[in-house]
Amino acid sequence: MSSTHDEQRTPVAITTATADDPHMQPLARNPERTERIIALMMLLGLVGFIGFGVAYWYNADAWVYGATIGTGAVLLGAGITAWGKYLMPKGPFVEERHDLAGTSEEREAFDAAVVQRGGGILGRRKLLLGTAGAGLGVFGVVSLFPLIRSLGPLPGKTLTETDWKKGSYLVDQTGRPIKTSDIAVGGVVTVFPKGYQDTENGQAVDQTILIRLTTTDFTTRKGRENWSPAGYVAYSKLCTHLGCPVGLYEQQLQLLVCPCHQSMFNVADGGYPTFGPAPRPLPQLPLYVDGRGYLRARAGFDQPVGPGYWERS
Amino acid sequence: MTTTASTPSSSKDAKTESFGPVGKVLNELDDRLGIAKGGRSLMDKIFPDHWSFMLGEIALYSFVILLATGVFLTLFYVPSQTLVVYHGSYAPLRGQHVTQAFASSVDLSFEVRCGMLMRQMHHWACDIFVGAIVIHMARVFFTGAFRKPRELNYTIGVILLILAIGNGFVGYSLPDDLVSGTGIRIAFSITESVPLVGSYLAFFLFGGNFPGTDIIPRFFIIHVLIIPLIILGLVSAHLFLLVRQKHTQFPGKGRTEKNVVGAPMIPVFAAKATGFLFIVMGVTALLGALAQINPIWLFGPYDASRISYAVQPDWYMGWLDGALRIWPAWQLQAFGHNIPLEVFLPAAVLPGIVFGICLAWPGIERAVTKDNASHNLLDFPRNRPRRTAAGAVMLSFLMMLFIASSTDVLANYFKISLNVMLWAMRFLVILIPILAYPITLRICKELQQVPEGGKRKRANVVMRSAEGAYTTVPAEQRPGDGHHELPAEPVPTFIDLDEDDGVDPTDEGVRRVDR
Repeated sequence: MSSTHDEQRTPVAITTATADDPHMQPLARNPERTERIIALMMLLGLVGFIGFGVAYWYNADAWVYGATIGTGAVLLGAGITAWGKYLMPKGPFVEERHDLAGTSEEREAFDAAVVQRGGGILGRRKLLLGTAGAGLGVFGVVSLFPLIRSLGPLPGKTLTETDWKKGSYLVDQTGRPIKTSDIAVGGVVTVFPKGYQDTENGQAVDQTILIRLTTTDFTTRKGRENWSPAGYVAYSKLCTHLGCPVGLYEQQLQLLVCPCHQSMFNVADGGYPTFGPAPRPLPQLPLYVDGRGYLRARAGFDQPVGPGYWERS
Repeated sequence: MTTTASTPSSSKDAKTESFGPVGKVLNELDDRLGIAKGGRSLMDKIFPDHWSFMLGEIALYSFVILLATGVFLTLFYVPSQTLVVYHGSYAPLRGQHVTQAFASSVDLSFEVRCGMLMRQMHHWACDIFVGAIVIHMARVFFTGAFRKPRELNYTIGVILLILAIGNGFVGYSLPDDLVSGTGIRIAFSITESVPLVGSYLAFFLFGGNFPGTDIIPRFFIIHVLIIPLIILGLVSAHLFLLVRQKHTQFPGKGRTEKNVVGAPMIPVFAAKATGFLFIVMGVTALLGALAQINPIWLFGPYDASRISYAVQPDWYMGWLDGALRIWPAWQLQAFGHNIPLEVFLPAAVLPGIVFGICLAWPGIERAVTKDNASHNLLDFPRNRPRRTAAGAVMLSFLMMLFIASSTDVLANYFKISLNVMLWAMRFLVILIPILAYPITLRICKELQQVPEGGKRKRANVVMRSAEGAYTTVPAEQRPGDGHHELPAEPVPTFIDLDEDDGVDPTDEGVRRVDR
């Protein structure tokens, strides 16, 4: 800010007001009483702060800290605010608002300087201007590379593949393989391919929900015959909407419900969505029972699990 | 700037001496820094008085609380997804494998003295921070404070809101509990949904496929350094522009486009503001002490294959969650590619449009009204019916989305089917904003007809005379009522407490009181 500029408009004046000036009066009708009330509030605030100190010293319950210091702060704050509102000069006072814009001469001088230095001095070296611009532009682009590309690997096939393979044992979270005799009709358990703990994101990607719908072999959709031996159906537990675990099973309606956004999938009908924002069915895992009665995967999932993305075919 | 300070006149010396050691120090400082001129005018800076001007203050003070409590929390929190066995004092979790992030969050709540208070205050202050920004922005919008010359400051404010919401999300993800972990999973899927580059963006952000082990450390540095630094810079710019352009004020006696009427910074506004800072701090501390928020030990550690029922984010993410819930299941699947419109539209395009409209509003309004003048006097919302109605449309739309984020809870509460609830919200989110426009317009036009509308009415006292006749007289003024009665004057330099200048103590507005 230019000092000479200001001095022209507001000469420094030392103005004096007396205590009797109406603007100097407090807003309170009875200042003495107001002062006593405010002092009392501040004093109680002080007591609250001391209470906090004592509570801290004796390691009190967690809520006591906030109750003491919070009460103290509210009372002290209300006191200071009331002091400002009711006991300080009530005014009103006024301040002139000077134009932010400069005078027409100032603007003209500034505009001329910018245009002349920009267009005149810089602009006439078109070659330098162009090469410098190109250099800065390329610099801007390449300097972003480490900020982006260094941060992570390329997706590759990780989004399309899981650890489920032909013959994978179905194990529960502790790694115990599941037998056909383990689960009663209506039972649900989250299963993984054996050895899922050894891959970094196995637990997140491979999670599959195993439900026993009945006791006899079952077919959820045409073309999925032999996928559900002994009434067992298995679906990827990743919601096709946003990837939340589809963790709620409504046994009566045979629906899997996602607690995040209430997508519902019919487990008796190939995991197709019946309600909510999920656009695709839950991928179904084909199962078989081996000679010793263990449940195993007939193959991996026939499509990527989880939510949609550009490369998903 | 000036040389008079180093060669003081005799009268200036005399004055200086009467101000004692403080005056001496100030003069020494002025010799070196030239603070006298600017300091004086800063002390006399006028702040107009209206309750709605404190909404921005609440946001500022909440930010101060966030910085203070946040620094405390960083002393104990460990941003790591390495698995450890929990051995702390919370018995139900003992022996479980949890990440260091979760273990340290539980430990700083239970083992560190005042840790629980600091964590809860931090979370409450964040919810208050975003809420105060939203209400402050509504005030700025409905009173037209965003108009020329303040468009830039309005833009900064909208960006601050976006940053506050973003940092809130990143912050409540840090404890790595079951609920916030699900939120991170959803964030990954939303990033993935961007056409063409989504999976690459998600992998770069997370350092690989979800969940990986990089996201918590990365969120930590974003939460405690990158975004706070940007917020701090923008808040400084916001306040600098406020001082530079001076405060707006409501129209009233003696208030023009060319002045500011109110109370000076020192001491009146400073006292009110300092007091209010303590009030906001105190209320946050009381909330932190008495109202439980985000009990992560009850949710348990994050486990990618588990989920909790009724998972909901913090309130300021509710509108996005609601949009995700009620959006139809549209996806584009063609030519071997997939565009998950059911995610990309509600979670990326919709917020882009909402904030885009917010940012573009000053320009939109100028294009419609052709008004390019500078405005320092605020509008009463009723006097700008179309703007007010447009604001009501936006707010009701967001409110409907917010309500839609609890379809499951509402369906349960009202004992209706979830399907009915979902379809009701799909219609209401369109219908209510459409209705909001004409209704608001009508209310504004009716309010314009009310004389003295919006002013505080003075009470009437009914008197009964000895003869039994009734008369009505206005009651005595309450404090604050007579505030606008006096013509405003510049702030005086001195207040002479002893001298009697001959003012008649019985004059209007003068009360001689003991001091």
